[in-house]
Amino acid sequence: MSQAEPKVVAFLCNWCSYGAADLAGVSRMPYPPNIRVVRIPCTGRMSPKFILKALLNGADGVWVSGCHPGDCHYISGNMFARRKFAAAKNLLEFMGLEPGRVHFSWCSSAEAERFATLAGKVVGEVAALGPADYMAKAPLDKVAQ
Amino acid sequence: MMEALIQKMRQTAKDLLAQGQVEAVYGYSQGSAPMACRPFVARTAEEADGLWWDEFCVLNLVNFLPRGTEGKYAVVAKGCDSRNLVVRHQEKQLDLKEQVTVLGVPCQGMLEPELIRKATQGRESDIREVKVEGDQVKVSGPGFELSLNKAEVTRETCLTCRHPNPVVESVLLAEKVAEDPDRDKDARVREVEALAAGERQDFFRRLFSTCVRCYACRNACPLCYCNLCFVDESKPQWLGKSIEESDTLTYHFLRAYHCAGRCTDCGACESACPVGIPMRILTRKLEKDIKEAYGYEAGLDLEAQPPLTVFRPDDPENFMHE
Repeated sequence: MSQAEPKVVAFLCNWCSYGAADLAGVSRMPYPPNIRVVRIPCTGRMSPKFILKALLNGADGVWVSGCHPGDCHYISGNMFARRKFAAAKNLLEFMGLEPGRVHFSWCSSAEAERFATLAGKVVGEVAALGPADYMAKAPLDKVAQ
Repeated sequence: MMEALIQKMRQTAKDLLAQGQVEAVYGYSQGSAPMACRPFVARTAEEADGLWWDEFCVLNLVNFLPRGTEGKYAVVAKGCDSRNLVVRHQEKQLDLKEQVTVLGVPCQGMLEPELIRKATQGRESDIREVKVEGDQVKVSGPGFELSLNKAEVTRETCLTCRHPNPVVESVLLAEKVAEDPDRDKDARVREVEALAAGERQDFFRRLFSTCVRCYACRNACPLCYCNLCFVDESKPQWLGKSIEESDTLTYHFLRAYHCAGRCTDCGACESACPVGIPMRILTRKLEKDIKEAYGYEAGLDLEAQPPLTVFRPDDPENFMHE
């Protein structure tokens, strides 16, 4: 992965941020093409395992985005998620993952402009850190040595 | 004091079993070597004579209890173990009020065998007896006798323990000990936090470099009772089974994360580790964060909701994008 083109796995809630990405697309708003979207039913479905798995498999950054507090399609999924994210992010960064690799945000389906801005910010921060090697699987040729 | 405690433990167990109040008493029996003891279950009054207690009873017995809310039993519990009983009750894995008779042991701090072995300077295989006398630990064997300062060979988790007395007990087996609820548990975590991100990467790479992925830390943990553990899942396989660095780091991250808001810092994980990895640094970091963010300490209140199963509308979200 070259430094100029980081890969960011974006876990987007079906009911808001995914819609925002869609709206940003149909509205022809430019945002960096470095994000790989995984649609999730709710941020409450997110598990830190997903984040770890993405990093293990070579993502340079992870971004999770869901509905604003109070707007969850399932009433409170995002509120539980908030506590889980806080604990996971703190522990990941405690273990030495650079701040700026994992991102969390709220973004409603009407906020296409916000989505584009956030995507720019996230990709920018990840790009500034360069390729991730901590907690990432070593490439096969390295293992062979 | 230890003899009186053991006598009372055996007598209480005998009475409970003879009267049919419990079906089994979970405790420890003396090991075949010094500084070791085994988990032990007495099912009859006669068997209760096999119960034992010393400063090395560090395996967390909550891990050995039968699953579910059927059957009545008694269990020997120190402060940390009793808090694990509370956690299991909160998580509806047992019914602490109806089902469990807690034989509470106020804990004066458990000893770390590795430190005692080191202190003998190569004569570790000669150790025949280890005895606590006041604030001294007498280590003896053929041709040698050592007197060690107890605080210097006490487990680190016990030195920073805030709740040595059982938080729930049906029978108290000894006098309660003095507690210091303001004891600083987080000094080590703050030290690591103060390092730069790159230094912390190196710190954890080194820390876990000797891990052989035996899962002893998971197996010893009273919080780990899932039917299918994430490390055993194959579709999807969350992490590889190798001792490659990224797999090991991921394993330790997830194992610790699963203990968030539940860990009582009993230290069973570290005591079980065959290569002596101080992995409690991760669970302590989580407990520190959770206490700071939500003011919660695990296992103190039967009716409390574990912190990751509830929320408040004004929970901190300063870690998120504006």
